[in-house]
Amino acid sequence: MFELLGIPPQALFGQLLLGLINGAFYAMLSLGLAVIFGMLNVINFTHGAQYMMGAFAAWLMLTQLDIPFWAALVLSPLVVALFGILLEKVMLKRIYHLDHLYGFLLTFGLALIIEGSFQWKWGSSGAPYPSPIPGGTNLGFMYMPNYRAFVVVAALVICLATWYGIERTKFGAYLRAATENPTLVRAFGINVPRLITLTYGLGVGLAALAGVLAAPIQQVSALMGTNLVLVVFAVVVIGGMGSIMGSIVTGFGLGLVEGLTKVFYPPASNTVIFVVMAIVLLVKPAGLFGQSK
Amino acid sequence: MPETLLKVENLQAWYGESHILHGVGFEIGRGELVTLLGRNGAGKTTTLKSVMGIVEKRTGSVRFEDREIIGRASDEIARMGIAYCPEERGVFSSLNVEENLLLPPVVKPGGMSLAEIYGLFPNLEERRRSQGTKLSGGEQQMLAIGRILRTGAGLLLLDEPTEGLAPVIVQRIGEIIRQLKGRGFTILLVEQNFHFAATVADRHYVMEDGRVVDMVTSADVQQNIGKLQAYLGV
Amino acid sequence: MTSQRNIAVFLIALALIAPWFAYPVFLMKALCFALFACAFNLLLGYAGLMSFGHAMFFGMAGYFYGHVVKAWDLPPELGLLAGVAGAAALGLVTGALAIRRQGIYFAMITLAFAQMVYFFCVQAPFTGGEDGLQGIARKPLLGGLIPIKDDRVLYYVVLAIFLFGYVAIYRFIHSPFGQVLKAIRDNEQRAVSLGYEADRYKLLAFVLSAALAGLAGATKAMVMQFATLTDVSAAMSGEVVLMALVGGLGTIIGPVVGAFIIITMQNYLAATGEFVLVIQGVIFVVIVMAFRKGLVGELTDWWKSRRSAG
Repeated sequence: MFELLGIPPQALFGQLLLGLINGAFYAMLSLGLAVIFGMLNVINFTHGAQYMMGAFAAWLMLTQLDIPFWAALVLSPLVVALFGILLEKVMLKRIYHLDHLYGFLLTFGLALIIEGSFQWKWGSSGAPYPSPIPGGTNLGFMYMPNYRAFVVVAALVICLATWYGIERTKFGAYLRAATENPTLVRAFGINVPRLITLTYGLGVGLAALAGVLAAPIQQVSALMGTNLVLVVFAVVVIGGMGSIMGSIVTGFGLGLVEGLTKVFYPPASNTVIFVVMAIVLLVKPAGLFGQSK
Repeated sequence: MPETLLKVENLQAWYGESHILHGVGFEIGRGELVTLLGRNGAGKTTTLKSVMGIVEKRTGSVRFEDREIIGRASDEIARMGIAYCPEERGVFSSLNVEENLLLPPVVKPGGMSLAEIYGLFPNLEERRRSQGTKLSGGEQQMLAIGRILRTGAGLLLLDEPTEGLAPVIVQRIGEIIRQLKGRGFTILLVEQNFHFAATVADRHYVMEDGRVVDMVTSADVQQNIGKLQAYLGV
Repeated sequence: MTSQRNIAVFLIALALIAPWFAYPVFLMKALCFALFACAFNLLLGYAGLMSFGHAMFFGMAGYFYGHVVKAWDLPPELGLLAGVAGAAALGLVTGALAIRRQGIYFAMITLAFAQMVYFFCVQAPFTGGEDGLQGIARKPLLGGLIPIKDDRVLYYVVLAIFLFGYVAIYRFIHSPFGQVLKAIRDNEQRAVSLGYEADRYKLLAFVLSAALAGLAGATKAMVMQFATLTDVSAAMSGEVVLMALVGGLGTIIGPVVGAFIIITMQNYLAATGEFVLVIQGVIFVVIVMAFRKGLVGELTDWWKSRRSAG
């Protein structure tokens, strides 16, 4: 077998795969954050908690109701999205007229409530979720667990479908237009408040979907989204929230950067994304895909 | 005058603390083309916005097809059959020309088809895949007008469609507005450009300080030209 | 203004006799958090910049203090100085980057940097990782003159530090510099067109706020005799926001009130574990939905309306 800079290919490709998987989650989550921010003017701090809820709902469905993974993949995001819609209707919609700061603080408080309650009810140690596609394939240069391959492909498909939905469909045209000028879109006869509610549901559903996909890879625990959402904030600052494709590319790209760092300089793997953020702020403050203000 | 389509009485409106409209009243018959004339700040744009339901606070009465619409949300008003073309045109930069055209939903049968709209504005068809805001000012204005013709709305509110455009384009827009009237659209037009307004409208309402102070029919414009010029400061 | 003066005299008298009625360590802890919250509020209330990463200054200063006093065996004064200087330096670097974006991005960037510092502290050898720095001895101050082993003696030292920080903030806000800062907060473009270099003012406010947060963190390490990951965590950054919010953003006494309320609450709820988080979350939600001015702000409004009505 060949070696690359003294790194055995097994380790290199293994970490790259892990990076790609993390990147898939970054992409899905930052996509949801960007879509929500565009319409609601709120940075959804609850995003990590909703990701966790997605994983938890799938786990509860499996252990309490014998609902298999494939059904949970659809049901769990729906349930969590409905919960999000409720939050939007009861609370978020009352603060759109205020400074962004309040939306941030409100959703931060909601995240504390959700994560604290889950921790209180189920503890913080986490529960395993059995892989729905066990086994793997030996590709020669590495061993590829089947489920992980599925996650990468599924996340890519979901991201591209979201891109298509926003950039190429009628609903997406409404979304884009309402992001620019909600008053005018409403004066054309479109029920913009309902559009906003649906958008929040969509973004939250994406986070929950990422959570379901993550369940068989990570432990399902109350705090699985706590740190993740902070990394995703950095991803969003790096990519800028103006472009859907930008969010996807930045998410996957940063996952790979993280994976490579784990191979070549493991101690920095946790912090490398923040270092990238610092560099981007120095070089292109508006973000890689952002328009300068 | 034909059957009344829109009747506005004692309309008052506010932006924040400032009281902009102090009891506006006018009416438009079905198929008519009526202008609101007046100097800058007279309240013309606010009147359109109040009819459309997009000012923060408004009181009085706005009746459309004999139904009171003053308390309704703007999307509801739009779905009753009123379409609005704002002064700043409101062309969306994240949508291409065709997406812009197809954005307003069809609210009633009888609107124009996309092909008919392209027939009216051939430039737009050539540039259908361009980003909305990459168009010239005249093209953007045509897009903003063309966009609201599909919806089946019978009443068009046009806010200064000639503003900042070259004379040739102003002329073209005049022709289009006359064609639209010919097709049966009822049009409420806000204009600063009196000479343009005089060539297209049936009647003119004159606004001053948030009120309608006078009404002149097209036929009487010549006799009243001195008075109108005094109102408009031209 | 005499009523304000009376209140101030009353509060200082109360602070002086407090350790005979309340547990001094609790009071000192609350004072440290009060200073921390005031430092945070200086930035948000008067410069309009919401940092969601202020724990990095508070927590790192604790580590600096601990390292200087424990590993290098130097006197506590130098530990405090190291805490302040270290936090200010960290503030200079992160602030210079964060002010390149505005509004909500600023909050996200500071949060991200704080998370980076947190991960750094988990791994760096000098922080003691998950265990933190434990058993930092309370060595006497001023070359042996002030024996801070005694809680009540230390209390007066902490009170003096708090008052120093509080007065520094007060003076800063009322200086010409503070006025420019407020002008930038209210309308940055206008301030820039008047010739003020907004970014330099913001950065200086950020560094000052970081330094005072560092002073609070180092003092807390001196009192509690340990420095741990809790104080650099995102949860701590959120807690200080909560303190300022509960008391009232942009009021100078608000954060002090907020800090005492939150610390008292934590004291009583410590046994309930995760429930502290839930309750903190509920407070966030209730304040944002209903009492955005905070306790002091709402009380002041109520007082004013009562006066004008009566």
